Amino acid sequence: MRKKAIIGAIALALGAIGTAHAQVSGGVIKIGVLSDMSSLYADIGGPGSVQAAKMAVEDYGAAKKGLKVEIVSADHQNKPDVGSAIARKWYDAEGVDVIVDVPTSSVALAVTEITKEKGKLFLVSGAASSDLTGKACSPNTIHWTYDTWMLAHGTGSAIVKTGGDSWFFLTADYAFGHALERDTEAVVLKSGGKVLGKVRHPLNTQDFSSFLLQAQSSKAKVIGLANAGGDTINSIKQASEFGIVKGGQSLAGLLVFLSDVHGLGLEKAQGLIFTETFYWDQNDQTRAWSKRFAQAMGGKMPTMVQAGVYSAVIHYLKAVEALKSDDGGKVVAKMKGTPTDDPLFGKGTIRQDGRKIHPALLVEVKKPSESKGPYDYYKIRSTIPADQAFRPEKEGGCSLVK
Amino acid sequence: MTEIFGVPTQALFGQLLIGLINGSFYAMLSLGLAVIFGLLNIINFTHGAQYMMGAFCAWFLLNKLGVGYWWSLALAPVAVGAFGMLVERTMLKQLYKLDHLYGLLLTFGLALILQGLFRQEFGTSGQPYAMPSQLSGGSNLGFMFLPNYRAWVIVASLVTCLATWFVIEKTKLGAYLRAATENPTLVQAFGINVPRMITLTYGFGVALAGLAGVMAAPIYQVNPLMGADLIIVVFAVVVIGGMGSIFGAIVTGFGLGVIEGLTKVFYPEASNTVIFIVMAIVLIIKPAGLFGTQK
Repeated sequence: MRKKAIIGAIALALGAIGTAHAQVSGGVIKIGVLSDMSSLYADIGGPGSVQAAKMAVEDYGAAKKGLKVEIVSADHQNKPDVGSAIARKWYDAEGVDVIVDVPTSSVALAVTEITKEKGKLFLVSGAASSDLTGKACSPNTIHWTYDTWMLAHGTGSAIVKTGGDSWFFLTADYAFGHALERDTEAVVLKSGGKVLGKVRHPLNTQDFSSFLLQAQSSKAKVIGLANAGGDTINSIKQASEFGIVKGGQSLAGLLVFLSDVHGLGLEKAQGLIFTETFYWDQNDQTRAWSKRFAQAMGGKMPTMVQAGVYSAVIHYLKAVEALKSDDGGKVVAKMKGTPTDDPLFGKGTIRQDGRKIHPALLVEVKKPSESKGPYDYYKIRSTIPADQAFRPEKEGGCSLVK
Repeated sequence: MTEIFGVPTQALFGQLLIGLINGSFYAMLSLGLAVIFGLLNIINFTHGAQYMMGAFCAWFLLNKLGVGYWWSLALAPVAVGAFGMLVERTMLKQLYKLDHLYGLLLTFGLALILQGLFRQEFGTSGQPYAMPSQLSGGSNLGFMFLPNYRAWVIVASLVTCLATWFVIEKTKLGAYLRAATENPTLVQAFGINVPRMITLTYGFGVALAGLAGVMAAPIYQVNPLMGADLIIVVFAVVVIGGMGSIFGAIVTGFGLGVIEGLTKVFYPEASNTVIFIVMAIVLIIKPAGLFGTQK
């Protein structure tokens, strides 16, 4: 039970040597990993995101370069009020310079506002809502890994192309679910499909049978799951129990992570098609990094959210080192002005609206017979080029874009 | 097709049945709580964690030892019940003389520790548990597709509930138990080992949670947090039914499952709050719960 925010301060003994730069506030660069540490999204970000941030600091060689970096972490329990309170305390009292990760869009939207007010920096990896770089965009926020627009276009159009032209949405009832449903619906309608109905379920629901029954009786060809983590796992599992796929309807997991596929097992997950921006088994660099990550995490391979945290922290440290300052406004300008390059996402850029741009992968879950073992789960069907993967800057309605 | 408030009656039948199925879990869990509270006066907040342990026990038996579902149905509740008895002997026993609150705090703390340990070990995405082959598939009832496993859940839960009710209310053993709660000294004077009876009763209540956990494993993910969210709802069920009322726990368990199921059709956004609204209303009108008696 998530009772109290567990604030685990993981003070890295990095940089014990070397003096801090005068412009670095408090003499130390303090990175706050704010995530769901204990509930349905904890395997997506959570302790793995803390690990990824630690690895970024180590791999960057911060200590050798004379940067003193400290990582703190906290559990926002997927509640905007809890997340806001932690963010304020971090910025005001504990000298945190940058907050990273924050799955759960409702919490991320709240942290965006606070970060802007305090002039700090927010690197989003876990949250999905495309509003973070759209109408809720902020000069102090960079949205790193993926967003609902990208998922909707990657997965939605691939499914409509294969004939899935009538949809029913099963949507998590909060900012993320609404954004994902909205963005996917737009894709479906634009491609000539239609939406026959939708039902909104509370976050963290155990039993989906009632909602699935409604989806079944809608006779829609595709049931779009606009939810994530444990909710997606339970929806897919129970859909198979109610014979939904056997009855001729297909499931579209609009946001599925590697950890979800692992939790479901290939038997239940096979054939699912969805979009990711990172898979551990892409190339030698991703494999090498992921194996190191798994070693530290008891064998769990990284999700794209955790990989995104790593990539974002690396780019952040580069900007801080170049500026010799951790001032939020200056660092964000430097980060946007510098092309990104790291072993996990390769080369990329950051747009004025705060959107990090890189390619996306349309993947299909392997059949049990095709998999060589745990975490050998995806076949990459196609790569969506960086310039097409994300929403064009002009269409987002972000006030920073002129 | 005829409709009720814009929902076809056929769909409504389906939802009623689904509600009953979910209600069977509520009934089995609240039954265990009611037995423990009614006979031992312990507010057992570890119940959710014990339900989770039942599911993990089944998962462990299947994946590590190759023991199937049917054996798990018997073995897992015994294992979880034994764990419960150990807790009762070593910890809860010390608290009988104190206020209820102490038992609540102890069991709540224990639940947090257990969930934390399992989370540390297994993560929060949970583990898959395969459906027993005899119960996979389902049948088309005309108004809905009923998975065989869900049908089995209703039957098994009803049988368990009624058997428990019968033993406690209608047999001599049950009479001893009830007498021991009223006046332990007197019952002990008749030569009955009351402390052992209390331990066994607690073990039985906990075993019911373990059994519900095994039954839940094939439907839900075997997840360290599966009991954490459920326990709050189940407590609401017990409060609505009347703390300690066994019959009340069974009836309200099924009843609230149905109410929740219908809410999921008419106003799904409220489906996780409706039980608490009902609880508030019941407490205002009948503070002792629907089937409770004021002491």
